[in-house]
Amino acid sequence: MNTYEWLQTIIFFVLLLALVKPLGAFMARVFQGEQTFLSPVLTPCESLIYRVCGVNKDEEMGWQRYAGAMLLFNLALFVALFIMLMTQHLLPLNPQKTPPFTWQLALNTAVSFTTNTNWQAYGGEQAASYFTQLAGFAVHNFLSAATGIVIAIAVIRGFVRRKTSLLGNFWVDMTRCTLYVLLPISLILSPALVSQGVIQNFSAYKSVPLVQSTSHEKPKLDEKGSPLKDAKGNPVTQNATPKEVTIPMGPVASQEVIKELGTNGGGFFNANSAHPFENPTPLSNFIEILLILLIPGSLTYTFGVMVGNTRQGWMLLGVMLFILIGAFGILQWAENSGNPLVTKLGVQSINMEGKEVRNGLAGSNLFAVATTGTSCGAVNTMHDSLTPIGGMMPLSLILLGEIIFGGVGSGLYTMLAFAIIAVFVSGLMIGRTPEYLGKKIEVREMWLSILVILTAGVTVLILSGIAMLTPSAVASMANPGAHGLSEVLYAFASMANNNGSAFAGLNANVNFYNLAGSLAMTIGRYIPAIAVLAMAGSLAEKKYVPPSLGTLPTDKAPFALWLMLVILIIGALTFFPALALGPIVEQLMMVGT
Amino acid sequence: MSKQIQQPKSAFDRALVSGALVESLKKLDPRTLWRNPVMLCVEIASVITLITFVMSLTGANKEPAWFTGAVSVWLWLTVIFSTFAEALAEGRGKARAASLRKSRTDVTAKLLSKPELKSAFTTVGASRLRMGDLILVEAGEMIAGDGDVIEGAALVNESAVTGESAPVIRESGGDRSAVTGGTTVISSSIIVRITANPGETFLDRMIGLIEGAKRRKTPNEVALEVLLIALTVVFLLVCANISPLSIYSVKAAGQGAPVSLTILVALFVCLAPTTIAALLPAIGIAGMDRLFQKNVIALSGRAIEAAGDVNVLLLDKTGTITHGNREAVAFVPVDGHTEQELAQAALMASLTDETPEGRSVVELAKQKYGLTNDALPAGAETITFNADTRLSGVNTDGKQYRKGASDSTIAFVRKLGGKQLPRDLDEVVDRIARGGATPLVVSRDSEILGVINLKDIVKSGIQERFLQLRSMGIKTVMITGDNPLTAAAIAAEAQVDDFLAQAKPEEKLRLIKEYQEGGFMVAMTGDGTNDAPALAQADVAVAMNTGTQPAREAANIIDLDSNPTKLLDIVEVGKQILMTRGNLTTFSISNDIAKYFAIIPAMLLSIYPQLGALNVMQLASPHSAILSAVIFNAVIIPLLVPLALRGTKFRPMPAERMLIRNLLVYGLGGIVAPFLGIKLIDLAIGLMV
Repeated sequence: MNTYEWLQTIIFFVLLLALVKPLGAFMARVFQGEQTFLSPVLTPCESLIYRVCGVNKDEEMGWQRYAGAMLLFNLALFVALFIMLMTQHLLPLNPQKTPPFTWQLALNTAVSFTTNTNWQAYGGEQAASYFTQLAGFAVHNFLSAATGIVIAIAVIRGFVRRKTSLLGNFWVDMTRCTLYVLLPISLILSPALVSQGVIQNFSAYKSVPLVQSTSHEKPKLDEKGSPLKDAKGNPVTQNATPKEVTIPMGPVASQEVIKELGTNGGGFFNANSAHPFENPTPLSNFIEILLILLIPGSLTYTFGVMVGNTRQGWMLLGVMLFILIGAFGILQWAENSGNPLVTKLGVQSINMEGKEVRNGLAGSNLFAVATTGTSCGAVNTMHDSLTPIGGMMPLSLILLGEIIFGGVGSGLYTMLAFAIIAVFVSGLMIGRTPEYLGKKIEVREMWLSILVILTAGVTVLILSGIAMLTPSAVASMANPGAHGLSEVLYAFASMANNNGSAFAGLNANVNFYNLAGSLAMTIGRYIPAIAVLAMAGSLAEKKYVPPSLGTLPTDKAPFALWLMLVILIIGALTFFPALALGPIVEQLMMVGT
Repeated sequence: MSKQIQQPKSAFDRALVSGALVESLKKLDPRTLWRNPVMLCVEIASVITLITFVMSLTGANKEPAWFTGAVSVWLWLTVIFSTFAEALAEGRGKARAASLRKSRTDVTAKLLSKPELKSAFTTVGASRLRMGDLILVEAGEMIAGDGDVIEGAALVNESAVTGESAPVIRESGGDRSAVTGGTTVISSSIIVRITANPGETFLDRMIGLIEGAKRRKTPNEVALEVLLIALTVVFLLVCANISPLSIYSVKAAGQGAPVSLTILVALFVCLAPTTIAALLPAIGIAGMDRLFQKNVIALSGRAIEAAGDVNVLLLDKTGTITHGNREAVAFVPVDGHTEQELAQAALMASLTDETPEGRSVVELAKQKYGLTNDALPAGAETITFNADTRLSGVNTDGKQYRKGASDSTIAFVRKLGGKQLPRDLDEVVDRIARGGATPLVVSRDSEILGVINLKDIVKSGIQERFLQLRSMGIKTVMITGDNPLTAAAIAAEAQVDDFLAQAKPEEKLRLIKEYQEGGFMVAMTGDGTNDAPALAQADVAVAMNTGTQPAREAANIIDLDSNPTKLLDIVEVGKQILMTRGNLTTFSISNDIAKYFAIIPAMLLSIYPQLGALNVMQLASPHSAILSAVIFNAVIIPLLVPLALRGTKFRPMPAERMLIRNLLVYGLGGIVAPFLGIKLIDLAIGLMV
């Protein structure tokens, strides 16, 4: 790394750590119903919402009602978006006359945005109208993020409360999360991105004459949009010499902040944050990476405040940071080493393929680990073009279960489930019935946390196995072989863990991926969410066991180290064979030849 | 450890091992094995490899027959090693149970119609006795069932139950009325009211527990099993996932063969947490057994594990913290009398006093003051302690020697015409009382000579034990009937964390509830009937075997030696059981890393030769690599059986240090050991082939 990259990276992490405490403390106040500096303005809005919706804000819910409300609300979100996608040609704000989605793609997309995955089997500028982007995707970006956060808050309450079955009111938590946390930050930072050149308009797409016209071989497509192949299986191409280029427009800035802030990641444009209208400058890039990690990082502090020991939160953050920085280091090393096959040709020494020069190596790599460590999935780099070991880093971060910061809320609650498993085994190792934060960990907590941490991994194993035996799924690979296997593995890892980024190269808009993907996203989101709420309900009913010298401190380095080992070992044991057949062998082949 | 019941000398006693071998084969029945789901999966895997072996023989499977055969043999051995470990642990208990059972064959009882020693009886078999029946037991006879002595007192030999050969006194009324079926009356006759139906007696329960027949999985065990099953499911899917991935890779690479079923099954068994799953039942059974070696009977596994979690110990002062009896430690003269003079008078007043306190006065007078006369002068009159005067002493040579509590002695002296009390008496008495001791005032006729300092002697070494407990995060609370002043002094000396003075049954109960409300796990020891409510409330309740029937029924652990400090051993065993489980789990999972490095390159080598780079152990061939991992996975089980039976070592230390230590030994060790082990086995295979 050069001096600029070092500086950029160091400033980034220092700034992130500096923001964790104020935002974390603020969120703790918001969710504990305390006064904040925004209360004078927002309390009236809040009351109005409750009055209109008929919510009694003092009425609390048990875990079943809380989970029920969450599921009902998400179902409504899904249905609304599904209908919108199927009927967008009838709706306003459609200057490009964009046609409706096919039902398979609409299903996949509606599930994707409802589950905070934001897997995009479509290209934004080609498939979605402005209305869909604004009223559909942007709204879902806020509400699916809020859903994740309030589940995490309910889980924290489960640890904090004693001998009660109540976890809070879902509607109140959702309202406060959106009103006090997500909206204000989005409002403040959108102009900052506009200042860097992110666009915000409702104009029709602009046609601009090319400064210099070039001709190239263009793959011929059939009516479904899949590339045509000749008898030998090679793509059929035709010569094209475009004279002008169409530049897509749209209300981008209003969606850009929440895309990162809510770890959504669904880009306005197909190129996502690699597109100059979404992420024009190194500064906007810096802001966007910060936004991705901001809430997941701060929630660890909120957790610490609410459980009455901020060290507990710092410990979790420490584990996350350690793994994130480790992955960043390896990625940086791999990309810096470049591709020996290319280097041999004397072209370049570092691997810049798929990266934007304005973001640089570190700016691209940091974005890559941030967006996959969290379940964001926005990209400013084509992960498909990373070196094999480099590409294994984003893939592995997803496969660990989206806990290295993780999705907003979901990262924290999944991490807490990991902590429970770690506490259980280490508790046995010191000869005590394990307890975490003063709550005894018993059979019920065990199997629920296991559901939380293993559901996504199991889904990936099953679906990637099926994909390998499904001809249409195999045909979607752009690069058959070990790399193609990585593409499929990445696709299911991304969907089951609600990340949403893609190893570009896989044509995912085929029925198999649309339908299997919808299943993966639904399972990966709701089984852990329901399980973790059930666990919160069970924890809340327990009494508090005060710590003694015989209690394992869970806010100190030995436990942090153990937790990290548990995370890495479970991840490695589950996916080592698949990784061996994908990126590992690809790297060995690349280095060996 | 001196009082054990026919203890097998080692875990690998020959008769035990051969018995366990037979038993381990019986346990292969899937209907038995389903209680251990992980091992059931291994058994299914073994059956599958047996089929692939037959297929290799017939040529239906391309894998060489020696390989599939060897894998199958070792997978079967993996299951057998596991059932063997369990059978061995149970076998040790069964041997003991058999010796207990001998003691209660064909006992007859003399059934009485009314509770009188002289009344007529009918002879019936022990199996026909019901609760409430009255039986007569005479010298030399065995007591036919559990009960309470309601008439008479007798010396009873309880060695059949406790292993203690010295007989104990059992008498009607009070705290020593309980008798156990299977014990023998040595002297005189007693009438016993039967308190348990046949099959439900203490001995029956004990036999059932020791045999492990009634053993139920503890909550902790179930929680761990949930984790193990989940991991097994994941590994099953991992292996299932490899198959299509390898089929695709073969197509893409244009070479090699998809991973065979035999290898997938072998990989699955290696990855599944078989080590801990195989040893899990043995750990629990062996824990109970270890307690039994310490002469403690736990009435459920749950109680032992709860003992490991205890954070408050309620200890009876008498017998636990202090020696049961107070001892004279000093003579403090008053009013100008000499120590020698006081010692002489105290000695005279105590010569006929057979209480431990009285004897200790004589002892002190002889040792410290060189007094030798220990025979009473002729014609001396002994005054024994009675409730009216509350004094004891001797009248001899026209002198009246007395000792007693200060107010009693003063009253006596006043009666004899003593006018002026020594001015310093009050101060001395007060000082001694404040020091937690008991002042005994000594008089000669109407003259008060001084005060004997009778002290509760705190057991030596008890402070260190409490310190250890504190370092483990366990708080000790002393319970005593003494006044707060005395209690505070003894508490300070013994260094307990807290005390409850002038404790009444309801106050003990309240204290326990208070602690439990605060989230603490409370353990207590007790023996009296008035302890029963508190015992029933405590999470871990240890009753002394000498205790009353209600106390024994309220408890969940019974100490046959009636030694209250046993609680510390129970805590230790409880912790050991959990630690052994945790450590072996960590070890088992850590092993998987090396197994991956052995098997993954071996099974994918034909597709991607480049993966040979992952063969960091430089194993000879793919087949020997896979076989080595399978063999390692199997032999590690019997190698760890002694550890499972003995339990991992426990030393009191703060939780964090213990975790680091165990992580280094079992975590790091678990990663390194299989790399070495698999390499060695691979070398051995290389030598044989």
